[in-house]
Amino acid sequence: MPLSLDDVKRVADLARIEVGEEQAHAVLAQLAGVFDLIQEMQAVEAAAVEPLSHAQDVMLRLRPDAVTEADQRQLFQSVAPSVEAGLYLVPRVIE
Amino acid sequence: MLNSSVARLSALLAARKISSVELTSAFLERIRSLNPVLNAFISVDEEASLGQARAADAVIASGEAQPLTGIPIAQKDIFCTRGRLTTCGSRMLSNFVSPYDAHVIERFDAAGAVNIGKTNMDEFAMGSSNETSYFGPVKNPWDVAAVPGGSSGGSACSVAARMAPAATGTDTGGSIRQPAALCGISGLKPTYGMVSRYGMIAFASSLDQGGPMAKTAEDLALMLNVMAGFDARDSTSLQREPEDYARDLEKPLAGLRIGLPKEYFVKEVDRDVARAVEAALGEYRRLGATAVEVSLPATRLSVPVYYVLAPAEASSNLSRFDGVRYGYRAPAYADLDDMYRKTRAQGFGAEVQRRILIGTYVLSQGYYDAYYLQAQRLRRLIAQDFVEAFRQCDLIMGPTSPTVAFDLGERSSDPVQMYLSDAYTIAANLAGLPAMSIPVGFGQGSRPVGLHIIGNYFAEARMLNAAHRYQQATDWHLRVPQACPDGAPGTRE
Repeated sequence: MPLSLDDVKRVADLARIEVGEEQAHAVLAQLAGVFDLIQEMQAVEAAAVEPLSHAQDVMLRLRPDAVTEADQRQLFQSVAPSVEAGLYLVPRVIE
Repeated sequence: MLNSSVARLSALLAARKISSVELTSAFLERIRSLNPVLNAFISVDEEASLGQARAADAVIASGEAQPLTGIPIAQKDIFCTRGRLTTCGSRMLSNFVSPYDAHVIERFDAAGAVNIGKTNMDEFAMGSSNETSYFGPVKNPWDVAAVPGGSSGGSACSVAARMAPAATGTDTGGSIRQPAALCGISGLKPTYGMVSRYGMIAFASSLDQGGPMAKTAEDLALMLNVMAGFDARDSTSLQREPEDYARDLEKPLAGLRIGLPKEYFVKEVDRDVARAVEAALGEYRRLGATAVEVSLPATRLSVPVYYVLAPAEASSNLSRFDGVRYGYRAPAYADLDDMYRKTRAQGFGAEVQRRILIGTYVLSQGYYDAYYLQAQRLRRLIAQDFVEAFRQCDLIMGPTSPTVAFDLGERSSDPVQMYLSDAYTIAANLAGLPAMSIPVGFGQGSRPVGLHIIGNYFAEARMLNAAHRYQQATDWHLRVPQACPDGAPGTRE
């Protein structure tokens, strides 16, 4: 199923990446080539195969439900684009 | 000194023939002279490096030295380094001074190694040529018209050009092995889960694995001894007894069974590459190994499967870059949503955006089963091929890359051509297997050729043994690019 310009715009919207009208055409052309490559795998019948998400079939570890991290807010906020009074600043979202 | 292996430098330091300050100063000077052309480093902090070197000299004087104490190591700029710029090759993190250290950085610090600088890389490790870096492409020291490979191209270049005795890399689809091959050095991607991903900026978490890059297999073993080990902060870190990866280096190779996948010796491999690989296999036979043909029928699906799974994981991992908590924020925007969109459009380069869009598409409603789930099913088939193959052989060998280094700009406008340069390396990531590349000669344009060695899970010591014995019998790993002034005489074919 070929990719359409609307697909590109929809996906760019979901990914929160601004893609202009002209740029969307260029992106479409490049993604179309990649999806041609990906289509190769559609021809393989594998419904009975169990999906593999991690090579080592290990269980995730459990740990006691206890606080392990120290408070480093100041350090972490020192690299933020905009902070005030210990809060991250973003444009107003509620009028 | 610049041409010496890590093992040799370690012995010289232990014998007090040189100091770490002298060694570090020599490499810093080398960087100052070559980096303006090669662009292998994004940032160098001479004072910090020399401070570590002075501390290392004190440790050596006190008799408490470990093998890497005082050795300068170039760190890929994907590893978070406390108080230092950590950019991941992206405008998005071009101002990011990390508030914490990656596990790998902690390990090298604890071993007394000197961080000689942070190396250039494809943006967020997405690329095979180092041309997607926000900080400009790295040049191949064998021929500055050629790419060094990627994404760990700065690391590979730094070792090949003798700006560092060894470096770290990360490998999601071949990003240690392909640049190692294209720059004529040795590089190892360990078994998935052996090296902690804590503080290693994430690309595709089920595939990403850090590993060492150096001139010799012995140096890779010394590096891996430091890098590998359990870390509770990485949920996929494996709990295993520590091993000495150098323990089997000298073992004879008699009886070693080398599997040659018929799918790896095909017309897609350039003739010059095939010739060098065949010659290396001949050397292995002389060393007592036997060759058996094996088959990896699902391997042809590796590239399509990878270009579903890796972008899918990347689109999720890179959603954290929103201009709120760290990194780049667009200077002008209308509202919060517009700030996200402009920040991500301006902060990410074209290739990263492309992969986020692919990943978002394959994970979006209605497409998940057809793409993501299907790719995970085929991933199991690819992994099962290796299980079968390793019933008949100890190691699998073939070319690391189907071609020698290509020219800068040659493939940068065609993503599919670029993706195909990882056709042989990707399967090991999908299966989680350890794999490495060692230099085995030169091809077209006197550009290096790498031999790909894939091992079974946790077979790193065996692989390093095979690579070391080959390097004892040959001298390809000792060749120095002619473009590098004051190296040893660079002998080329």
